[in-house]
Amino acid sequence: MQPSLFADPTPRVYSISAITTYIKRKLEVDLTLQNLWLEGETSNWRQAPSGHVYFTLKDPDASIRCVMWRSSLPRLSYLPAGDGEAVLAHGHISVYEPSGQYQFYVDDLEPVGLGALHVQFEQLKARLTQEGLFDEARKRTPPPFPRRIGLVTSPAGAALRDVLNVLRRRYPLVEVILSPTQVQGEDAPPQIVRALQALSTVGDVDVIILARGGGSLEDLWAFNDERVARAVATSPIPVVCGVGHETDFTMADFAADLRAPTPSAAAELVTPDRDELARRLRLFGAQLRAAVGESIARRQRLLAGEMRALRRLSPQTWIEQRRQRVDDLSRGAQATIAHRLALKRERLSGLGLRLTTLNPNATLARGYAIVSHSDGGQVVSRVAQVSPGDLLSVQVSDGVFRTAVQDKGESATNNQTGGNRP
Amino acid sequence: MNEIDNLSFEEAFTELEELVQQLEAGDLTLDQAMALFERGMALATQCNVQLDASELRVQQLMSTSEEHPSGEDYELGPFEEYLPD
Repeated sequence: MQPSLFADPTPRVYSISAITTYIKRKLEVDLTLQNLWLEGETSNWRQAPSGHVYFTLKDPDASIRCVMWRSSLPRLSYLPAGDGEAVLAHGHISVYEPSGQYQFYVDDLEPVGLGALHVQFEQLKARLTQEGLFDEARKRTPPPFPRRIGLVTSPAGAALRDVLNVLRRRYPLVEVILSPTQVQGEDAPPQIVRALQALSTVGDVDVIILARGGGSLEDLWAFNDERVARAVATSPIPVVCGVGHETDFTMADFAADLRAPTPSAAAELVTPDRDELARRLRLFGAQLRAAVGESIARRQRLLAGEMRALRRLSPQTWIEQRRQRVDDLSRGAQATIAHRLALKRERLSGLGLRLTTLNPNATLARGYAIVSHSDGGQVVSRVAQVSPGDLLSVQVSDGVFRTAVQDKGESATNNQTGGNRP
Repeated sequence: MNEIDNLSFEEAFTELEELVQQLEAGDLTLDQAMALFERGMALATQCNVQLDASELRVQQLMSTSEEHPSGEDYELGPFEEYLPD
């Protein structure tokens, strides 16, 4: 029953491009094909000059062409050396239109064994996260000055030596309780759990360091064990995880209260540094001295103020002030007296001046004369006072002579002989 | 003040830290200030002595019930540092 083009009255003819696009879209809406892991063996491994990698994945009965873009390569933790490796590849299936081939576009690659571990890891992580085991709210802060540190690690490992070296250098005041355990192999997880639990029976352990030196993902696998993760999360003592690894965290890291990239870093995280403490102690000493110095200085200032006040109020000051007052008063008195004397002196010299003007001798010197009766001494100042024949004394500037009155002239016309004022 | 010798480093350090704050706050009598100062210096000395004199002590937990995996009996024993080759 071949369909005949001519038997169909309205045949639909598709272009190659159209049908290829149609097929491509069919594949791309299929959720299974868009997010899947494939397990197979690599072959025809080839990296093009562009950097993209082309290869084929196959099992005994089938094969599929694969492309891995150059941009995916840096994210891979593992790259097959070439053909014949059993891998687990993650990606999606689509069509390369120019050649009409469907291909697996790979974005992640794991070696088969690890791939399974990886899936297991992610599932466990999701489950424990869901359960709240890794909640930030569960995280505790270890005390700043631990007295006892529990150390869960192998007694034969480098991690132990590293941790002890750091503690000796930073904070030798601490006491270390080693709780020995294997950290690798099948027996490791239950031993780690027991070693953790044992530390809570000792008493007074402030913080636990769970340590292991660096190693491959398989080496560290014990720290991804669910039992270990639970024991870390439920430990009554805070746990710091110091498992050496470069990229991914282990389950124990997620469960721990604090996590550090190495055992040494974990030891540093839980202890103060001796040098830093010594520096702070010096600072405290300086602060104490400064505070006491200031306290004393403040009192000295107060004291000086009080002493000034006291001096102001002392009897000595009282006396000095009175003495000064006396000085002031006496100075005032002297000034007053001097003033009065000056006034008197001034008045005196005024009087003297007037006295000089009134001195009759001065008048006589100018040619006036005082005429008086020789007997009785009465001063003659009017014509009527004399009669002819009267004896008169005439006083002039340098002496007295006598004379006699000859006759009398008319009064008020001749004052020549009168003792009048000039 | 001999009881200072019995303080742990943390106790001495924490007390010293508080004491410095108290002294710096300043509302103390001179006698109080001097007493705090003397105690503070003694605490600082004690802390320094502890820092300088301490040697890391390491002990090892040993199970006394090896045959019982769930046994919870442990004792502390001397630790012999394993010397790697």
